Amino acid sequence: MYKYDEYDQQMVDARVAEFADQVKRRLAGEITEDQFKPLRLMNGLYLQLHAYMLRVAVPYGTLDGRQMRMLAHIARKYDRDYGHFTTRQNIQYNWIKLEDAPAILADLASVEMHAIQTSGNCIRNISSDQWAGAAADELTDPRPWAELLRQWSSFHPEFSYLPRKFKIAVIAAEEDRAAMRLHDIGIQIVEKDGVHGAAFYVGGGMGRTPMIAPLIKDFVPLDDLLSYTEACLRVYNRYGRRDNIYKARIKILIHELGADEYRRQVEEEFAHVKSLGIDPPKAEYDRIAAQFAMPSLDLSASDEIDRTDPDFAVWVDQNVAAHKVPGHAIVNISLKPLGGIPGDASSAQIDLMADLAEKFSHDELRVTHAQNIVLPHVRKADLFAIWQALDAADLATPNLDLISDIIACPGLDYCSLANARSIPVAQKIAQRFSDPARQRDLGELKLKISGCINACGHHHAGHIGILGVDRKGTENYQLLLGGSGAEDVSLGTITGPGFDEDGIVDAIERVTDKYLAERTDGERFVDTYRRVGMAPFKEAIYG
Amino acid sequence: MVEHLQADGEEPCVTLDAFLEQSNATAVRLESDEDARALIPYLDRLKLIEVAFPKFRDGRGYSSARILREAGYTGELRAQGDVLVDQIGYMKRCGFDSFAPEKDLNPADVEAALSRWPEHYQAAADGAVPIWKLRHG
Repeated sequence: MYKYDEYDQQMVDARVAEFADQVKRRLAGEITEDQFKPLRLMNGLYLQLHAYMLRVAVPYGTLDGRQMRMLAHIARKYDRDYGHFTTRQNIQYNWIKLEDAPAILADLASVEMHAIQTSGNCIRNISSDQWAGAAADELTDPRPWAELLRQWSSFHPEFSYLPRKFKIAVIAAEEDRAAMRLHDIGIQIVEKDGVHGAAFYVGGGMGRTPMIAPLIKDFVPLDDLLSYTEACLRVYNRYGRRDNIYKARIKILIHELGADEYRRQVEEEFAHVKSLGIDPPKAEYDRIAAQFAMPSLDLSASDEIDRTDPDFAVWVDQNVAAHKVPGHAIVNISLKPLGGIPGDASSAQIDLMADLAEKFSHDELRVTHAQNIVLPHVRKADLFAIWQALDAADLATPNLDLISDIIACPGLDYCSLANARSIPVAQKIAQRFSDPARQRDLGELKLKISGCINACGHHHAGHIGILGVDRKGTENYQLLLGGSGAEDVSLGTITGPGFDEDGIVDAIERVTDKYLAERTDGERFVDTYRRVGMAPFKEAIYG
Repeated sequence: MVEHLQADGEEPCVTLDAFLEQSNATAVRLESDEDARALIPYLDRLKLIEVAFPKFRDGRGYSSARILREAGYTGELRAQGDVLVDQIGYMKRCGFDSFAPEKDLNPADVEAALSRWPEHYQAAADGAVPIWKLRHG
C-alpha cells in the first residue's frame, strides 16, 4: 500500500502546525467560533450535540496494522475507548476535547494519517472498492488513481470553497461495492479495445434530493483523468448554486442544466484545462501503482478449507469472499453484532484486527462503506485461526449483506442535525431477526437507516430503507423499498405513512414475510420487489 | 455607473457592464457571479482587475482568478471583500497578487499563512512546481 515520501509527510506536518496555531488562537479568544468553524471543519472537527466529533480520513479505506493500532490508541487516550467507522470509509470519534485535537492530529501524522478535508465544502476523502487489489472480478486496482486524486485534491486552491461538499469514488470492477453512482463524481476504470480508461458518472448523491449520476463521458483516457476531473469541478465551482444550501450539490446543477449541456461545458473547459499541463506523467502513476502491488502471496497455498466446525462453516459461507489468487480469500469482519451499534469498535477490537492483519493479511486492512472491516489477503488455511480470534472478540457475526448487517447513521444519539434516533431502531430490527437461520433464509437484504433527510445512513439505497423524521415533536419512521447502491443502482420508494419505533420493526417483518411468500427460487428480496412492484407489499404493510 | 474608490491616485474600478460599454478604462471590478472570460479580449489593456468575495464561502473568485491568469493576464489581480487570513494562501496560488480585505489582517498572520506550505501537490496559477514534478525532475 501507499507509503508517504518526504513531500507527503511535509504536507501533513504543515497541516498539524497550522491547526495547532488555529486552535491556540481560538482558545485564546483571538478568533470567534464563527471564524473558527470553517477552519476546524477543514480538519474534520465538528461540534455535535454533546462534544466535538473528529473524523479521521482513511483514504480509499486502506490502512495497515500500525495505522489501525493508532486508531485504537486515539480511542483509548482521547475518547471513550471506541470509534465509529463510517459510510465514507472513515472513522469518527464522538467525545473529543478541542484542546486535544492538535495532539490527535500529530499522533495521526506520525503514522501517515490525517483528518484533512473530512468535512467542509471541499473535495472529501476519495472512496473506493474495499476489495480493491484482491477481488477476483476487478479489471485493475483502482487505488493508484484514488491516490493520485487524493494528492491532486489535497489543499486544492481553486476547489476549497465549493458551493457544497464533494465526494468522489473510484472503482474498477463491474460489481459496484462503493455506491459509485451515488457520488458527486463516480469513476469506473473500464477497458476498450484492450486499453484502460475512465468512465465518468457525475451528479449522483443521496441527501434530500437523491439522484443517480448520469454517464457524462464513457471513456476518458487515463492520461487526462485529472484534467477531466478539474474541468468537471471548475464548471461546478463557477455555476453550482450558492443561494440555497439544499440546492448547492452538483447533482442539482446537472439536473437543472441537463446532462448534455453540463457535458458540453465540461468538454469546452477540458479542451482548455488540458493545455495547462496539470496531469502527472505516467512515471508518477507507476511510482504509486508499484506501492499497491499485490503482496507476495503463497502460490502453493491450499485451496481446501476444513469445514468440520459448523459455526466456522457458516461464517465462511457468509463472510468470506473470492480472492483473485488461488488458495487465498477475502475476510469480511462484521461490525454488526447483535445488540451492537453498527460500525462501532472498541480499542481492544481495533487492536485485535490490527494484530490479525499483521499476522495473516500482509499487514493490510480495509474499511467498507457498509461500516465493516476487511482483511484482504488471507490464506484459506488461516481462516479457522482468524475466525477463532474474531469469535472470541465478538467480531465473527456471520451476517455480511444479511438483514442485520445494517448501515445506520449516528442519529439523534449524537448528531446535531438528526430528527430521530437510528441506533435503537437498528438494534431492535437486529433483535427481531436475531435467528441466524432466518436471516440466511431471507438472503441478501441491505437495510439502511438515516436519522434525517441528509441520508448519511444511505436509506435511499437500501433494499429496505428507513428514514427517521420528526413529526410534531415525536420520532416517526418512513419505510422505503427497492433501493440499491450497487451496480443495479436504484432509489427506494416510500411505502406510505410512517411508523413509531416498534411499528417500523413490525412493518419490516410484514415486508419480509410477503417476500418469502412471493419469491421464486434464487430471487433476492430486491429482485422480488422489482418483479411484483410496491402494491403487494403495501397491502401486506397497511392491510 | 458604480465606482469603487481605491487608494489615492488609483483609477477607480468600473463595473464589468460599464467596462464592456466604454472599454477605455484600465481597472475593472468583477462580481462573484460574473464571467471572467468576458474580459479575455481586453486583458492587454487592463492594469487592475478586482475580484469580489462577498462572503469567504463564495469560492467563485478562485476560478475567476485562475481563468484570467491562464488567459495571460499579467496586471494586478486583487481579492476584495470577505478575505480572511486562512484563505490568502489559496488566493495567491490562484493568481491573486493583492488583497483588499474588509477587515484588517494581522501582517504576522498573513506572513505565517503564506510561508506555511513549502510545496504543493497540484499546479495552479502561481507558477509553483507541483510535487509530482519535483519527484520526477
